[in-house]
Amino acid sequence: MSELAPGTIADPAHELRADGTDPVEDLPPQTLPLDAWHRAKGGRMVPFAGYVMPVQYEGIMAEHLWTRESAGLFDVSHMGQLLIHGDGAVAALETLLPGDLRILKPAKMRYSLLLDENGGILDDLMVTRLGDVQPFGEAAGEAFYMVVNGATKYDDIGHLRENLSDDITLNHLDDRALLAVQGPKAVDALDRIVPGVAALTFMTAGGFAWQGHALWISRSGYTGEDGFEISLPEDAATAFADAICAEPEVKPIGLGARDSLRLEAGLPLYGHDLDPDTTPVAADLGFALSKRRREEGGFPGAERILAERRDGPATRRFGLIVDGRQPVREGADVVDADGNVVGRVTSGGFAPSVQQPIAMAYFPPALADTGVVTLVQRGKRHSARVVPMPFVAHRYVR
Amino acid sequence: MSRYFTQEHEWIEIDGEIATVGITEYAQSQLGDIVFVDVPDEGRQLTKGDEAAVVESVKAASDVYSPASGTVFEGNAALVDNPALVNEDPEGDGWFFKLTLRDADELDELMDEDKYAAYVAKL
Repeated sequence: MSELAPGTIADPAHELRADGTDPVEDLPPQTLPLDAWHRAKGGRMVPFAGYVMPVQYEGIMAEHLWTRESAGLFDVSHMGQLLIHGDGAVAALETLLPGDLRILKPAKMRYSLLLDENGGILDDLMVTRLGDVQPFGEAAGEAFYMVVNGATKYDDIGHLRENLSDDITLNHLDDRALLAVQGPKAVDALDRIVPGVAALTFMTAGGFAWQGHALWISRSGYTGEDGFEISLPEDAATAFADAICAEPEVKPIGLGARDSLRLEAGLPLYGHDLDPDTTPVAADLGFALSKRRREEGGFPGAERILAERRDGPATRRFGLIVDGRQPVREGADVVDADGNVVGRVTSGGFAPSVQQPIAMAYFPPALADTGVVTLVQRGKRHSARVVPMPFVAHRYVR
Repeated sequence: MSRYFTQEHEWIEIDGEIATVGITEYAQSQLGDIVFVDVPDEGRQLTKGDEAAVVESVKAASDVYSPASGTVFEGNAALVDNPALVNEDPEGDGWFFKLTLRDADELDELMDEDKYAAYVAKL
């Protein structure tokens, strides 16, 4: 027996920099604050995004289903936590991403994209406006907390430093861990140990205290379920992970289930479904182009992106349910009626909650007209239905 | 009857000229939740080392090699509807295919149960 095609999470070589180079080349993967905790919990550790991380504990399927019916704890401390502040930070950041930060109220967050000059996606991220509460130390002027992908964070920091003026300060909060508690019962479990979090609504954040530590908690996540993301000092991470997993609703969940959960939720994964060759329109992320920004332009690649929005992109990200039971994974071809390769599967796998193989793929929108496309993987043809995403309904608490 | 093992974690059980092939407990534990198995058709001629079957878990797709040469006379139809049988009973009901052996001497190169256990212990 030998491996033909790893899933998305099994192969660290997939986690490449935006320019295609390997950020972990010749460097042993680093460990995260919860490394010993994961091992003690039976986590199977694998290299991912330059770090050693748990791919699973009891099994991907069980962990996935547990998250959908109860709650799971995810360690996402590999992600980059950034503090960006200074007079003019709104205007400065708006030159790099297409979101409307001017109307973003304190403690409110939004999904956005770092774009290159051609409108290609350098990274996807969450950005939160900070107000009077200063959970990350003194921040002068307009202040934002940004969470970016682990594999791209050093490139992002370089890009931001290069493009933000000296008046804007960027702090990499690399002494903080980031944990997510996701699932319909996450609110019950977390509110018991951090009273008050139940009052947050989707895409809203706030400062909380737990055993003397300052936590920054948002109601957000990457599973399609209700849930929270918790930024905390790294030296508090182990005690906090113990405390939340002592709640009966919560079990630790690995990267494997994180990937299958986000795929079912229709959420793209950077480095797989998004990269510098994809634009927000092609990626079907038009909602990240705020109305005022579309009208005013002034973000990288605005001309191309607005033209694509008007005329339609050459290829677009679609959701697929594959006939039969065999998973069709990243790298499979999308072919037209004549067998020409016209697109590519960027994420795919067996969906535990759908109980069928699902995928995301890029191909010309006209190909979706019949509602059925043909995929080719290792010489074998698979028929797939084009379906709206998400595959599993979002259950956010708004 | 005797059972042999490959370094690629297949097992083969011999009963005269008839052999049954599957993957080991270690293999299923590494793969995790198995969601799809493609077994060879009846009549297929296999040479030792041929890619005989495909097994896919939530995590990854893997080839299963034939531990010996021969002719397939049965694929395990139960795996089509219930691939998780490989997780539940990999060295029993979760077998992949049966073949009539062409060259019993090939088995000499395989490991017996004790040797395989020692091999896995070092992984």
